[in-house]
Amino acid sequence: MTQTLPVGEGPEVQTSVTSTDAGQGAVAVAPQWKLVWWGFKRHRLAMAGMIVIVAIYLGAIFAEFLAPYSSEHYNPDYAYAPPQRLHVLDEGEWGLYVYGYKSEQNPETLALTWTTDESKKVPVQLFAHGEEYKLLGLITTDIHLLGTSGGTKAPPMYLLGADRTGHDLLSRIIHGARISMSIGLVGVAVAFVLGLLLGGISGFFGGIVDTGIQRVVEFFMSIPTLPLWLALAAAVPPGWGPLQRYFAVTVILSMIAWTHLARVVRSRFLSLREEDFVTAAQVDGASQPRIIFRHMLPSFSSYLIASLTLSIPGMILAETSLSFLGLGLQPPVVSWGVLLQEAQNIRAVSTAPWLLLPGVAVVIAVLSLNFLGDGLRDAADPYKH
Amino acid sequence: MLGYIGRRILLMIPMIFAISIVSFVIIQLPPGDYLTTVVAQLSAQGDVVDQAQLAALKAQYGLDQPMIVQYWTWISRIVMDGDFGQSFIWNKPVSELLAGKVPLSAMLTISALLVTWVVAFPIGVYSAVRQYSVGDYVATTIGFLGIAIPEFLIALILMWVSLTYFGQSVGGLLSPEYRDSNWNLGKLLDLLGHLWVPILVLGAAGTAGLIRVLRANLLDELHKPYVIAARARGMRERRLTVKYPLRVALIPFFSTVGWILPGLVSGEVIVAQVLSLDTAGPLLLNALKAQDMYLAGSIVLIVSVLTVIGTLISDILLAWLDPRVRLRYR
Amino acid sequence: MNQTPQTREIVQGGARPRGRRARRGAVVPPTVPAADDGTALLRIKDLRTHFVTREGVVRAVDGVNLEVPKGKTVCVVGESGCGKSVTARSILQLVERPGRLVGGSISWRPDENASWVDLAGLDPHGEHLRRVRGAEIGMVFQEPMASLSPMYTIGDQLMEAIQLHLPMSKAEARDRAITQLRRVGIPQPERRMDAYSFQLSGGMCQRVMIAIALSCDPALLIADEPTTALDVTTQARILDLLKDLQEQTGMAMVFITHDLGVVAEIADEVTVMYLGKVAEHGSVEEIFDHPKHPYTQALLRSIPAMRGDRARQRLAAIQGMVPHPQHRPAGCPFHTRCDHVIAGLCDTIDPPMASFGSGHLALCHLYDENGATKEAVSRTLGEPAGAAAARQAAVRETVKEAVAAVPARPAAAVVTRERGRHAGVPAREERPLLDVSGLSMEFPIKRGMFGRTTGTIRAVNNVNLTIRPGETVGLVGESGCGKTTLGRCLARVLKPTSGQIHYETSSGSVVDLAGLRNRDLAPYRREIRVVFQDPFSSLNPRMTLLQLVGEPLRTNRLAAGTELQDQVAEMLRQVGLRPEYMHRYPHAFSGGERQRINIARALITRPRLVIADEAVSALDVSVRAQILNLLGDLQDELNLTYLFISHDLSVVEHLCDRVTVMYLGSIVETADTSSLYSTPHHPYTEALLNAVPLPNPHRRRQRHEHGLPDDLPDAANLPSGCLFHTRCPHVRQDRCPTEVPDLRETGSKHLSACHFAETLTLAGAAGHTR
Repeated sequence: MTQTLPVGEGPEVQTSVTSTDAGQGAVAVAPQWKLVWWGFKRHRLAMAGMIVIVAIYLGAIFAEFLAPYSSEHYNPDYAYAPPQRLHVLDEGEWGLYVYGYKSEQNPETLALTWTTDESKKVPVQLFAHGEEYKLLGLITTDIHLLGTSGGTKAPPMYLLGADRTGHDLLSRIIHGARISMSIGLVGVAVAFVLGLLLGGISGFFGGIVDTGIQRVVEFFMSIPTLPLWLALAAAVPPGWGPLQRYFAVTVILSMIAWTHLARVVRSRFLSLREEDFVTAAQVDGASQPRIIFRHMLPSFSSYLIASLTLSIPGMILAETSLSFLGLGLQPPVVSWGVLLQEAQNIRAVSTAPWLLLPGVAVVIAVLSLNFLGDGLRDAADPYKH
Repeated sequence: MLGYIGRRILLMIPMIFAISIVSFVIIQLPPGDYLTTVVAQLSAQGDVVDQAQLAALKAQYGLDQPMIVQYWTWISRIVMDGDFGQSFIWNKPVSELLAGKVPLSAMLTISALLVTWVVAFPIGVYSAVRQYSVGDYVATTIGFLGIAIPEFLIALILMWVSLTYFGQSVGGLLSPEYRDSNWNLGKLLDLLGHLWVPILVLGAAGTAGLIRVLRANLLDELHKPYVIAARARGMRERRLTVKYPLRVALIPFFSTVGWILPGLVSGEVIVAQVLSLDTAGPLLLNALKAQDMYLAGSIVLIVSVLTVIGTLISDILLAWLDPRVRLRYR
Repeated sequence: MNQTPQTREIVQGGARPRGRRARRGAVVPPTVPAADDGTALLRIKDLRTHFVTREGVVRAVDGVNLEVPKGKTVCVVGESGCGKSVTARSILQLVERPGRLVGGSISWRPDENASWVDLAGLDPHGEHLRRVRGAEIGMVFQEPMASLSPMYTIGDQLMEAIQLHLPMSKAEARDRAITQLRRVGIPQPERRMDAYSFQLSGGMCQRVMIAIALSCDPALLIADEPTTALDVTTQARILDLLKDLQEQTGMAMVFITHDLGVVAEIADEVTVMYLGKVAEHGSVEEIFDHPKHPYTQALLRSIPAMRGDRARQRLAAIQGMVPHPQHRPAGCPFHTRCDHVIAGLCDTIDPPMASFGSGHLALCHLYDENGATKEAVSRTLGEPAGAAAARQAAVRETVKEAVAAVPARPAAAVVTRERGRHAGVPAREERPLLDVSGLSMEFPIKRGMFGRTTGTIRAVNNVNLTIRPGETVGLVGESGCGKTTLGRCLARVLKPTSGQIHYETSSGSVVDLAGLRNRDLAPYRREIRVVFQDPFSSLNPRMTLLQLVGEPLRTNRLAAGTELQDQVAEMLRQVGLRPEYMHRYPHAFSGGERQRINIARALITRPRLVIADEAVSALDVSVRAQILNLLGDLQDELNLTYLFISHDLSVVEHLCDRVTVMYLGSIVETADTSSLYSTPHHPYTEALLNAVPLPNPHRRRQRHEHGLPDDLPDAANLPSGCLFHTRCPHVRQDRCPTEVPDLRETGSKHLSACHFAETLTLAGAAGHTR
């Protein structure tokens, strides 16, 4: 059976094949993810967003090492101490130090006024010994990326200022990233499961089930979310511990976010069901699960990833808002929203504007995630023509 | 058109019903019921509550009835008598409390919506028609920032800036001297003088979102065959843009009311809290913190129903604007 | 490199002096003899429109010359990507970013008394060009529905076009608009004024577009593929309309199309384009009777014309495919596909313009400037068509040899096929492979916000059909007639609502596929296969060729591992693809190659019946011929039975032994191909056949003969009695509207569903002699 047809020999085939040869050897054998990556790389803002997001998540994982202090470390003597400048050159030579603080108390308002005391140099070093912690929950160490040379006994360093009770804001922002960024991920994961399940059911079965689920989605989308979130969050029993509260808040947030994902999944599912290649798989005799998982799912995985990425910022913003209003996470848990609670009092903000810095962290994270998600969405379908 | 409106209103009924159920659930969520609160109040005043009295109270409030009957009693009182129950922290009927606050909230939200439109429209159109121009990049950047910055942060920064650099507080809706006076021209002007801050803050996120949607939609439309066909019959470019693609791109202006409005209502709660405005938002927050559930549930109910009505109005406007919607559901 | 000065010229230079200089013919040879000079309306010289993209500059139009005489129709014809649409749009500067006119002149003179204007030099947003658009030159586009705004009524858009250029009050404009609508054949124009585009059919929309384009009596109409998106009967009516209007108004037309049949039908002069350049220009008779350029010759040979000739011949396909304009070959752009290519000349030097007198021009190295065949090349050229025929015959010989060389094949099968085709009768009455009876497929209509079922569409309605082993049955009809749904029911992608599909298995037993559950269908899924229409959406872009073609083997557990790879490699070779490419993804292949992949996937399970659903409709003429040849060869080679679903009657005639015609879900006629094409027994078949434009300018259709009204009845609300009575020219009010005609034998092996099949004398395709 090695017989070949004449059509396979004639010049018509040979040229037709060589003409596609030119300059696309690598492209020709590139699978989907590679094409998506090539498309994504062209998107400069999205690349920048991705780098920032990776950095933030790495920072959250290694928070104890990166932060000079633990999130509980405080010194009430330094309430509202302003940010210090980190000096790199010490009299012409390399050397890290900060100047110490001088304070005066206003006799009437009892508020402290801070000035820099240039006579006191507090030496700072890389990989300094400080409080002990367990890196990744495993390795016990006391090395911090940056710290005062005197260890725990030296005067404290406040590179981004201190809050009402003398917590180091820099350390707290780094530690807060852990909760704020993870609540986005966990929340989206829960929403994803719900959305994929309900969206998939809706798209696959159609008919009354579809109509029913669509009405529920529309219902959730048309009512104002924050009052509902607030009401649900208020109903979380006050006796719950930080971890339970964390999960309760996550679940409450994802209860709203799944609707959007369900819509995305459903509409992609419906449009894919009509694609000829899915019909072709059916004609090939592929089983229902094989059609879904081998033929359909890879086609919208990139869309899903883009949609998921674009859902995370909403989660982060919602957590921040809830915690800011005092109905989300509660101190001593540290998240960016909890930190911003300190800024609720406008008088405090006017004396210590650096209390708004956790907000800057939120903005950077949300912006980067948006850029990343936009880039992914644009690159998601490398095959459209 | 009338048939469309009629069907749309019919569709609203199950929606409002679902909202009322959710609100009722919110009221029932915290442990204990209204009676527990009353008993606690009475005992705090030193009164001893005996079982007979308790049973009488239970019967009076219908708390011995099954849940469904309780719901029915609650909702029929609202629909028939406008009786939303009693707020125990204020010791006043909820309806009385809300009468003063909800209109203010609604006004704030609607003004913010209008501002959103007025600002987003020209920027979005400019951004699409002059794609890749400097103005487009500026608008896109503002759009991104507006989406990324939470409203309360904008409010805080605005307050901080005006306090630090202009030495005045922008919080509240009325200056102290007007706070308790009767309505007159001066009070109205004072109100307007304060109102722009929350409106600006509230509108920011919606404006940013709408600019993006409008730009993307208009960019899509600008290259549709019917635009080229209209150009080929000699239409002036400006008139062509305004008459053809812009009208299609206007659709999101009305259809996005559906998602901007809930967002604005949500934003109002938190912005009002930060700017200490005397609206329904802080009332809800305090009610929730104090577990004053009749008040909280009622606010959720009213605010949600108002949002749904707003969405309905936007749908009707949409049908008026778009013959495809109007004629499909004849 | 030398384009920059030209660009500057356009921006700075006035229109008039350049028009003169060009006429002196210093740079470019004259395109039209001096005698025609006074009648030219439009004179395009050396037009260049380029697209600057990230991947490089695409020279979509690169030095096109075109002249449009007053009152004449110039057809610009070419395959996709040859730049014909861009040329049309460049005239009115309608090319969108990143496209840009970078050189050349477009001289325009609406009448002899006016002065020449260079349209290319006008400000694209300026008043002058705006006046030319619409008032002097009208334009019609390919997608009529999308070319009208859905937000305004058609009356609105028509009145707007009128008021833009004519000083009229609203009432006057409305009157004129109604007159225009009536002129383009829209019934009840007063009522239609308030309709929206989405309430009208495609044909109606195109009439509205024509009314808009002609509303200010332009001197020239540019029609960019105006009938491509329409059904064949509608196309015929639109072509008739355009010719009527041209007679009334004396306007000239530039007609862009890829369909040589349409060209032969409507053109006075023809310009053949290839990769952004003009390959040949001449009168329609010269182009069709004495084509000079090898590309034109090859194009004409590769169309399956309805010749009435029963023997199926291999089409002379053009090798390869149109390269992407970005990778245009050096020298003559056609040299990579040309049979007469002269190495060292064609692939390096731009070909000269050869003139054959009376405006017949060809851009080819085979001729000198006076149109004489060059000495050096006369050997290779010979008499072109004759040489091609000789080569073709040689190829046919090899086919036969190759077929005969297959060891395991019973020789009888080959003989049967040969006889079957040439004698027009099947050799023996075999039991049908597929016997369909009473098959119906209904779809619920969902309306409104609640998705209620408000009715049903009977897409396929009580269909009876037999397919005998080894034959090719054609299924034709206009879009929406249910032919695709029927095909999908037979492939059991859809579960029919009622009826039986009796299939004779390879072991000789008969099963009813309609009643089987999905799970029990597995053994038949590999015996009945489908080739899909769209070469892009039918291949999962995320799978390699090996995975795609091997999928049916894997799911049916027919092969795995290296055995599977070997089989895929063998199959790819059979459809003319290199086996080495099995690790590539579909995006690396062109439309024609993707269709080969599709065929490979269908045939890898060694099926017995192949359902080809519009398998060549999305392809260019030259590639289509390759695929048709491949399908024919594989049928002989693998002993296949085909159900060939198509709207293209000439392709069906070329490939099929028997043809079935569907209308609104029902079969109206079934017969042997030659019988059906020469003596149709149903008025609908007659109308279909006569609507097909023939690629022969000497056999043009009689205008308005056998024409059908545009609008198909609502599928949810079918007419009573005979489904066709609402459009039938032979309708008789006593029986047709009330009595449903049965599909009955009205001649030898000829079934028809018409009450008056025996008494009516219906005209067959023009190519057939009765």
